[in-house]
Amino acid sequence: MPERPSSVRRPAALAFCAVLAALTAFPFAAESIGQPALTSLMARILIYGIAAASLNLALGYGGLVSFGHAAFFGLGGYVAAVMAQAARADGLAFGILPGSDQLAIVIPVAMAAGGLLALAIGALSLRTSGVQFIMITLAFAQMLFYLFASLKAYGGDDGLTMRRRLELGQLDMRDDKTIYFLALAMAALVYLVLWRVVISRFGRALAGVRQNESRMQAIGIAPLPYKLVALTISGVGTAIAGALMANHMRFVSPDMLHWTKSGELMIMVILGGVGTLIGPFLGAATLVGLETVLGGVTENWPLYLGPILLAVVLYARGGLTGLLGAVLSRKLR
Amino acid sequence: MTLVVEQLLNGVQLGVMLFLLAAGLTLVFGVMGIINLAHGSLYMIGAYAAAIVAERSGSTALALVAGLGAAAAFGVLVEIAVLRRLYARDHLDQVLATFALILFVNQATAMLFGRQPIFVAVPSLLQGSIEPIPGLTYPVFRIAVIVVGIVVAIGLYVLINKTRIGMLVRAGATHRQMVRALGVDVRLLFTAVFGLGALLAGLAGVMAGPILAVQVGMGEQILILTFVVMVIGGVGSVRGALLGALMVGIVDTLMRAFMPGLLRGLMAGADADALAAGLSSMGIYLLMAIVLLVRPRGLFPAHA
Repeated sequence: MPERPSSVRRPAALAFCAVLAALTAFPFAAESIGQPALTSLMARILIYGIAAASLNLALGYGGLVSFGHAAFFGLGGYVAAVMAQAARADGLAFGILPGSDQLAIVIPVAMAAGGLLALAIGALSLRTSGVQFIMITLAFAQMLFYLFASLKAYGGDDGLTMRRRLELGQLDMRDDKTIYFLALAMAALVYLVLWRVVISRFGRALAGVRQNESRMQAIGIAPLPYKLVALTISGVGTAIAGALMANHMRFVSPDMLHWTKSGELMIMVILGGVGTLIGPFLGAATLVGLETVLGGVTENWPLYLGPILLAVVLYARGGLTGLLGAVLSRKLR
Repeated sequence: MTLVVEQLLNGVQLGVMLFLLAAGLTLVFGVMGIINLAHGSLYMIGAYAAAIVAERSGSTALALVAGLGAAAAFGVLVEIAVLRRLYARDHLDQVLATFALILFVNQATAMLFGRQPIFVAVPSLLQGSIEPIPGLTYPVFRIAVIVVGIVVAIGLYVLINKTRIGMLVRAGATHRQMVRALGVDVRLLFTAVFGLGALLAGLAGVMAGPILAVQVGMGEQILILTFVVMVIGGVGSVRGALLGALMVGIVDTLMRAFMPGLLRGLMAGADADALAAGLSSMGIYLLMAIVLLVRPRGLFPAHA
């Protein structure tokens, strides 16, 4: 993240408000062109964007290449589904928590679960670095995947269906527009929190740790707490996305915990632009959008998606954000 | 007792397959610094080429040549066309690029040969079974796989420790910059190493044909196991890959074989089977986590 003079902040804030306004108008625009299904798709993109943006805090800003973020995503999802199941059956969720079908309770529980899991995984994994860190985070996520796949009480391989979406006040959660605005509000919130984190003293120290660990140690900053906190915040954000996704789809399955999901989130970040705030959202929109559009045209969509991704890696350094930046700066000159 | 021996042999045989894949992967990562997710695709290409040629021609020798040739040729092509541009880049760019290759190769394979798994007959020369210890009959083909693995391991040992190319590979794995600075044609060396890795992956694919079904996605199933092996053994070390592969193969096979029985003593049948399946799949990841917690760089790290 290059230093920016404070005068750039104002256009950035303006752009943020403009994008937010456009996204607020989106469901109504989709309805007026007779494509209300786009709203549900866009909600999915926003939710994946939350997960990818959270991963990016660890991966892009902290240099912690986690290949196990599906663990936090899936755990968030399972917290939502299992708490809703327990509320219906008047039982306990995971044997310790009272059930609840209130979104305002479930989301904070998912956040706490994701944060605790990230703290535990981080405390063990951060002894390693490089490709070993990639693989040990994968290992923990895979263990969770097989755990949930083998727990018959939570549906095992088949997953768990939520009979009803979680409730929030008097809102009609059966309406996809409600789900969309919920996702949009959470996405905006996560974006703002990540922005505050990145520009804070903590964020700067984290960037320093990523760039040169021994130099940071030499000026008296111990790297481990910074990495651990970054990973924990990242886990919390990803768990929010998981809970929202479960609520949106009314379904969770071990697929949410599978390593391919970690890979997908990682691809979104790299595609959009590592270490940028908006990149992961762009990446999520591009990947989910391309899958949907190409998938609508031909069942052989991966045949075309592969080369497109390859072209982005080879010719657009810094992903789509890098590409956009290069185009814009050429225009401004 | 015979059951334990049989499962041990199965474990060694899985270990051998993993070794063939992990040896290439660890050399490519150690020497070239490339994370190649498409290594599993090379394995799949070897398996498909051998399966198709065996079906059309009926010749085992031709199938072997086709499998090895296709995997090696595709490997060299990928190295020259794509990976060569990514050596200087971040690992993450390599991840995205090789992920894109997986998407393309898998879909192209599905379009060419369909999504139905192809079953390959065991070559007539290696059919039947033998009795290594009294009371245990074991398929000749699986014994042959183990023998091939041992031969390849010895061959790689000689190649890496006794030849000039091997010397460059070892030097490349520990001091990549220095090898470049000394004026070695690194590009050629990289292509050769990548080709060798692809050849070994193709060999694993050819041998997997008669044991597993040949299908789209078989590469990704084994890819993660291969990475586990590489990391347990220590990145860049062929010796580590061998030891790691045998450990993973044996632990995985034994847990799958004996876990259900152990748990069925404790709980109801269906629950025990489900939990045992989960626990035994977890086994290798637990093994990796423990190894990395004790030795964060794996058992035999090449970069000291």
